[in-house]
Amino acid sequence: MKLQKASSFALYAVLELAAHPAQPLSGTEIAEKYGISAHHLAKVLRDLGRAGIVEAARGVGGGYRLAANPKRLTLLDVIQIFEPVRPVDPANSDLRTATDAGRALQTVLDELDDHTLATFRSITISTMLKWMARGSSTTRTKPARRAAAQR
Amino acid sequence: MRSSATLFQREPQIAVMKSRSRLPDIGGLLIRAAVRSDSPILMALDQEVTGLAKRKYWKESFARLGSRRQSQRFILVAENQGHIEGFIVGEIRAWEFGEPPCGWVFAIQVHPKARLQGIATRLFEALCDRFRRAGVTKVRTMMARDNHLVLSFFRSQGMMAGPFIELEMALD
Repeated sequence: MKLQKASSFALYAVLELAAHPAQPLSGTEIAEKYGISAHHLAKVLRDLGRAGIVEAARGVGGGYRLAANPKRLTLLDVIQIFEPVRPVDPANSDLRTATDAGRALQTVLDELDDHTLATFRSITISTMLKWMARGSSTTRTKPARRAAAQR
Repeated sequence: MRSSATLFQREPQIAVMKSRSRLPDIGGLLIRAAVRSDSPILMALDQEVTGLAKRKYWKESFARLGSRRQSQRFILVAENQGHIEGFIVGEIRAWEFGEPPCGWVFAIQVHPKARLQGIATRLFEALCDRFRRAGVTKVRTMMARDNHLVLSFFRSQGMMAGPFIELEMALD
């Protein structure tokens, strides 16, 4: 799975702001840290502002602050501002759902969508910060291939 | 997978628990092993939170306390000034799916009025400590995808998707 650029830029910004609650950050500072387009990020920050997730502080020492509660704000809340993260309505599906094969394929895609939604919805910004502090890549367990045959 | 009664549905999840929370002390909070006389209180709390009465489940759970298998099964309660504010239930499961023994959490409840104080975290950590002392290195749980509250809680403790996928089918 791949996130659209706007979604990942938004998450970088939200995570950065959540990590520095007492210190407003400019879009340029965030863009420089992540090596991303400041122009694109400015647009993303405006969208986040309209959604009530960030707020702009004007004047000297101004910048953006997180307006939402990081313990309640989930990855899904942020991502779905920029791209649809929901099961595709069968009526709008490209699959031939009038056929058995199309319906069976739709079932598989629905299963994947359900897991994606549940994952994004269950992870808060606060949880992401904890994982970042720990180094999340070290906690994921690789599949044990031998296990399947033993039951 | 065994089908012992659950307080919420289970779904494969795995985490390597390394972290220890830095929660402030909750004045007077005691995490202790449940005793038989706690049974009606836990049953009532569970029913209040889930809306489901599970008398048989609790009767069987408490009947096992004191048995030889007790060292593999844990019912812990969070008690504050004489009141039970929450509980957690878990056990060590051996060699399921060809995996080494691991800790399973299959119930955690905190009274709605006592939430947002870190009680569930304290219960979870206490259970993980029991698992560690018993020599297991992983803890797993399973739940419904739409149980956002509890799913987010376990995520916040560091749990991530594991190497298993839960499968089911209707038995018509």
